Amino acid sequence: MSEAQAAVAATPAMSASDDEILRVEGLVKHFPIKAGVFKHTVGQIRAVDGIDLTVRTGETLGVVGESGCGKTTLGRTIMKLVEPTAGRIIFERRDITTLKRRQMRPVRRDLQIVFQDPYASLNPRMTVREIVAEPLRIHGLYHGGEGRRRVEDLLRTVGLSPEHANRFPHEFSGGQRQRIGVARALALKPKMVVLDEPVSALDVSIQAQVVNLLAQLQKELGLTYLFIAHDLSVVRHVSDRVAVMYLGKVVEVGTRKQIYEAPMHPYTQALLSAVPIESPDHRGKRTRIVLKGDVPSPANPPSGCRFRTRCWKAQEICAHEEPALVPRAGGDHPVACHFAEVMRPLSLAETTPPDSRSANSGNPVSPERA
Amino acid sequence: MPEPILTIRDLTVEFDTEDGVVHAVTDVGWDLHPGEVLGVVGESGSGKSVSVLSVLGLVPVPPGRVVSGEAIFRREDLLKLPRDRLQEIRGGPMAMIFQDPMTSLNPVLTIGSQISEAITAHNPGTNRNAARKRTIELLELVGVPFAERRVDQFPHEFSGGMRQRAMIAMAIANDPSVLVADEPTTALDVTIQAQIVEVLKAAQRETHAAIVLITHDLGLIAELADRVVVMYAGRVIELGDVFALFNSPRHPYTVGLLNSLARLDADKERLEPIPGQPPSLITPPSGCAFHPRCVQSQGREICRTDVPKLRAFGESGDHRSACHFAEELDSAQVRVGATS
Repeated sequence: MSEAQAAVAATPAMSASDDEILRVEGLVKHFPIKAGVFKHTVGQIRAVDGIDLTVRTGETLGVVGESGCGKTTLGRTIMKLVEPTAGRIIFERRDITTLKRRQMRPVRRDLQIVFQDPYASLNPRMTVREIVAEPLRIHGLYHGGEGRRRVEDLLRTVGLSPEHANRFPHEFSGGQRQRIGVARALALKPKMVVLDEPVSALDVSIQAQVVNLLAQLQKELGLTYLFIAHDLSVVRHVSDRVAVMYLGKVVEVGTRKQIYEAPMHPYTQALLSAVPIESPDHRGKRTRIVLKGDVPSPANPPSGCRFRTRCWKAQEICAHEEPALVPRAGGDHPVACHFAEVMRPLSLAETTPPDSRSANSGNPVSPERA
Repeated sequence: MPEPILTIRDLTVEFDTEDGVVHAVTDVGWDLHPGEVLGVVGESGSGKSVSVLSVLGLVPVPPGRVVSGEAIFRREDLLKLPRDRLQEIRGGPMAMIFQDPMTSLNPVLTIGSQISEAITAHNPGTNRNAARKRTIELLELVGVPFAERRVDQFPHEFSGGMRQRAMIAMAIANDPSVLVADEPTTALDVTIQAQIVEVLKAAQRETHAAIVLITHDLGLIAELADRVVVMYAGRVIELGDVFALFNSPRHPYTVGLLNSLARLDADKERLEPIPGQPPSLITPPSGCAFHPRCVQSQGREICRTDVPKLRAFGESGDHRSACHFAEELDSAQVRVGATS
């Protein structure tokens, strides 16, 4: 498949390729900022601000970005848990953008979500059986002994034992709770699951268990995943393709190899260079880009390219013209940068970079490579 | 090796809870040498924070209880000091940086007044102007832009990263010889984490303090620590030089942790999780607390019956492991990946 055609935009709904399960076009979600006694709207948090993405049947699309980039809102808008402000959501060739709650019900059988916090997302007063059976009951699919067997099968599927069914969430560890959340999401045999930070509340040794479980389930059940996370290492491990978000926009999207081995957007490069790697042998041998400043407010994003206020490459044009997410010279995947070029922050430099390269103040040095 | 600046021995800390006694820290001991970064790493409930905070008198009593042990800092046992003497040490020669600066900064006082107060509290007689001047210097040192203006702002006017910088400025205000950093970057985004790591390095260059870095983040440890203490179920299970520990770990738990990591710089076919769940600290497993999850034990009886001692390896004796079968482990067991 061509990567360029892959991820992006511009293609009308009808020309959907066969392997596409979900597409969002120009998706926007603004939250009003209310103030004053009469709570009138004084501004907008532009959480998701014009996103085009395609997810293919059977793949895992990773969505990464820092807090406030809109990745969680993106997932919730796709699920129609919040109403989109503009744009279209097409799931299985059907426009679900304007569907009402009741009309969404059949869609929910095929499109499910697992939330981040296994401590907050399970009702503490319900037994595990009730939690896992709830979606079946809502859809009128829970019938006596058969329903019980289905719940027990689901628990086995996620690596829990059927004896756990009568217990309450607080009796379980974080990892086990997340398994319960996964069992509930799978109850209706969905085709696609949105995973919103599914392992970030878990300890490392337990994260690996849940990541492996998700991989195994995807293989066995042919699931499609939208995997939203801030952990770039986990996203690398689980994703076929990756979209990088910054301030409500996708700035780069490509295969795992393109994003991690040949990233072209300065933000992607900075992110990859900033993550500490679990090997002391890498010390001083990596290219370090330390961005200055904080992420600007999504209520008042910079003009033009939103990353320009922290970018070491920024020029005049970046303030005036918003860069489109299109394939750029020197690469074959879409990047939203006027000055996109490949840099490899994860390959070790032959020589030790000077200390000045990682100075915390001033412009980060544009790292050149031998 | 120079004499340690802080020595912890046989430290045991318990908590009384409704469900029973929680054995949070058991027989923990290590040395901190001047100017080094000692990483204390472990998962939730491993005792990594409690072991250090109890030494500083920061574990609430009750429910907490230091059962035994000593913590020698400049010939004084911190665990036996009266409260006021300990207060002189905290924020003076021993300073702390916490995970969430919002809970450690007073929301109704300006950043500047809090740092100035830290200075004057430990240096009586410093006049206000001098303290303010020093405060602005410190804020500049940790990279707070427009320090002269921002010194008069309140914590809520600072972003998370800026608050953490202010915390570090306060911690180094009195030129400490020991800095305790408890998950200093955990609450921050990755690009801000990278900034704070640089600030920590700068703070160390400035003060030459020894740093105790408590974290669950093995990446941060690999990047910053000189030596590492690995904790599991309240005990130190491995201790050694950071290179030895990552490149030839000598405890099955450390090996398991490294193998369960997804790597940013390599594709792994499959992660290798540690089987099972973390142990209860109220009724910890008998013998080696890791034995129910251990692939090395293979059901051998001694793992169930005897608590393994922390034993030395190699010529230097710096690398120690608390595993009965540590000799069976070699570096070949850590699989970083790079399968595709």
